[in-house]
Amino acid sequence: MSDPIISVRGLVNVLGGNLIHDHLDLDVMPGEVMGVVGGSGTGKSVLLRSIVGLNKPQSGSISVFGAETSTLSPIDMRALQFRWGVLFQEGALFSSQTVTENIQVPLRRYTKMSQRLMDEIAAMKIAMVGLPADAGRKFPSELSGGMRKRAGLARALALDPDLVFLDEPTAGLDPISASHFDELVRGLQQSLGLTVFMVTHDIDTLRATTDRIAVLVGKKIKIGTIKTLVHDPDPWIQEYFAGARGRAALGA
Amino acid sequence: MRNILPKVTAEHPATLALERRGNTLRLVAGGDWIVPEAPRLDRELSHLDFSGARDAAIDAGAIQKLDSAGAWLLLRSKQAMERAGARVGEFLVPEQYHPLLENLNRAQGAAPILGPRGPRNLKEYLERIGRATIHVLQQGYGLLSFLGQITVENLEAITSPRRELPFPALVHQIEETGLTALPILGLLSFLLGVVIAYQGADQLRRFGAEIFTINLLGVSVLREIGGLIAAIIVAGRSGSAFTAQIGTMRVNEEIDAMQTLGLNIAEVLVVPRVLGLVVSLPLLTFYAGVMGMIGGAVMCYFDLGITIPEFMRQLEGAITWQTVLVGLIKAPVFAFIIGLVGCYEGLRVERNAASVGKLTTRSVVESIFLVIVFDAAFSIFFSVIGI
Repeated sequence: MSDPIISVRGLVNVLGGNLIHDHLDLDVMPGEVMGVVGGSGTGKSVLLRSIVGLNKPQSGSISVFGAETSTLSPIDMRALQFRWGVLFQEGALFSSQTVTENIQVPLRRYTKMSQRLMDEIAAMKIAMVGLPADAGRKFPSELSGGMRKRAGLARALALDPDLVFLDEPTAGLDPISASHFDELVRGLQQSLGLTVFMVTHDIDTLRATTDRIAVLVGKKIKIGTIKTLVHDPDPWIQEYFAGARGRAALGA
Repeated sequence: MRNILPKVTAEHPATLALERRGNTLRLVAGGDWIVPEAPRLDRELSHLDFSGARDAAIDAGAIQKLDSAGAWLLLRSKQAMERAGARVGEFLVPEQYHPLLENLNRAQGAAPILGPRGPRNLKEYLERIGRATIHVLQQGYGLLSFLGQITVENLEAITSPRRELPFPALVHQIEETGLTALPILGLLSFLLGVVIAYQGADQLRRFGAEIFTINLLGVSVLREIGGLIAAIIVAGRSGSAFTAQIGTMRVNEEIDAMQTLGLNIAEVLVVPRVLGLVVSLPLLTFYAGVMGMIGGAVMCYFDLGITIPEFMRQLEGAITWQTVLVGLIKAPVFAFIIGLVGCYEGLRVERNAASVGKLTTRSVVESIFLVIVFDAAFSIFFSVIGI
């Protein structure tokens, strides 16, 4: 068994006087798709932000690619950032730049590619995430929500990272776009050998894409596959997987 | 610190060789074909000459690590060979990278489409000038119709017994635009008074007419400069804040939400701001005048040795209630302009962050411009009627 890509130990987060995470432990293995679910306000996004270093936890250790993120020098942190991509909830595209320019931001920052190669790679990424070719010269404000997410994913994949964080990738998409997005993530994960850390609400997405699921419940975390979690006695997990929507999605 | 970048290198440097045997070309690749190596590989590949071969092959079987940038370079070389007239028979890649290449092949035919470039010929320049002209005219027209709408709304808010003036919002705006502006405006007016008194004394001393420094100070500050400095500071502080606040609400769809709830945007957002400013700017103007006088008095005392009672006596003779009134009467007009422009530009914000910044800048520039234009118009008007 190889070492985990992400390893969280004893994570404690307190936000606005509220305890959000009470000593969480979590491992994400190379090449797996880890889904994170939980009710509103259970700190799914906070967990993601803690791992990528946008949020400083109260205590606990987080290591990514075997490096403890809290003790890294800024330059080592950059080396780490080179190896991961983040898709934010609304895509977080830079609104003053076209989609092509957005994708080229990390390329420009970390490599010395010729403009021609960057144009080619941007076009390739645009096609890979299933956007039409002319989307490249559009500005984010000219795209629909689903297209913005695809463009955000293209930017997250620009440097061919080993690890991708997705924050609610299918939220706000219609079911058809959402299931296309699931297929896209799964397909890219398989062809690029990605490790994916995905926060989501969508039980269809969970079923279609994830290998394991981490459920945030009662400030703690429970990890398993859909099959094992269905039998968990916790009332929230029961309701989540056994509720009408859950049952329909699981085909039970 | 910010620009230090880590050196990201490949574990096994990428290798590349082109073998030519008679009519057959063979591109042999090995090592890590990944993003950090891509710029170098791109350069080396672009120097290769694929011409003059009938058959070609790509042997990337020795590649240890391949990502989509590297895979793209392989595919591009294959296309280049085909364009050069060779038939690419063999295309060898390690087994585990087949899905990646398939994925890329599916995404193929995606020629890079570049963003719009600047205009290139005369016709496009003319077109841009025309577009900009129409835009300016439309802008003026839009501002004018907004002026009409807000005037009606304001009058109704004050006079109509049916409607209630949004009193708490109004008081809040007066506090925001008036009270909190006191420290900065006070300091600046005081300093302006000091500067004018000093420069005036310097010039007038040559004629032995130092005492008239006070006349100069009184008339210029109370009639013109006090009002202008107050208006400019308020345009920079509050006009910009109006645009940014309303613009951000526009970005967050709050304005749309208000509309669907049947709220009157002008009444909820614009009237309290404009009316608040109309109340507070005359007060600020008066305050600026007083602070300017104090600054001048201090300077006169130290520079010319004029005591405070002397200063007061001279000032009383120099200005009349008319001077002060002329300064104050302009303030509500300036306030109306600043509030109007600030709210109008805020409502024109599009749903992206860049637009908020752009229109906030424009709002400040436009309102200061209009304030000075109107100040000049007032000067002409007053001189015509002989005040």
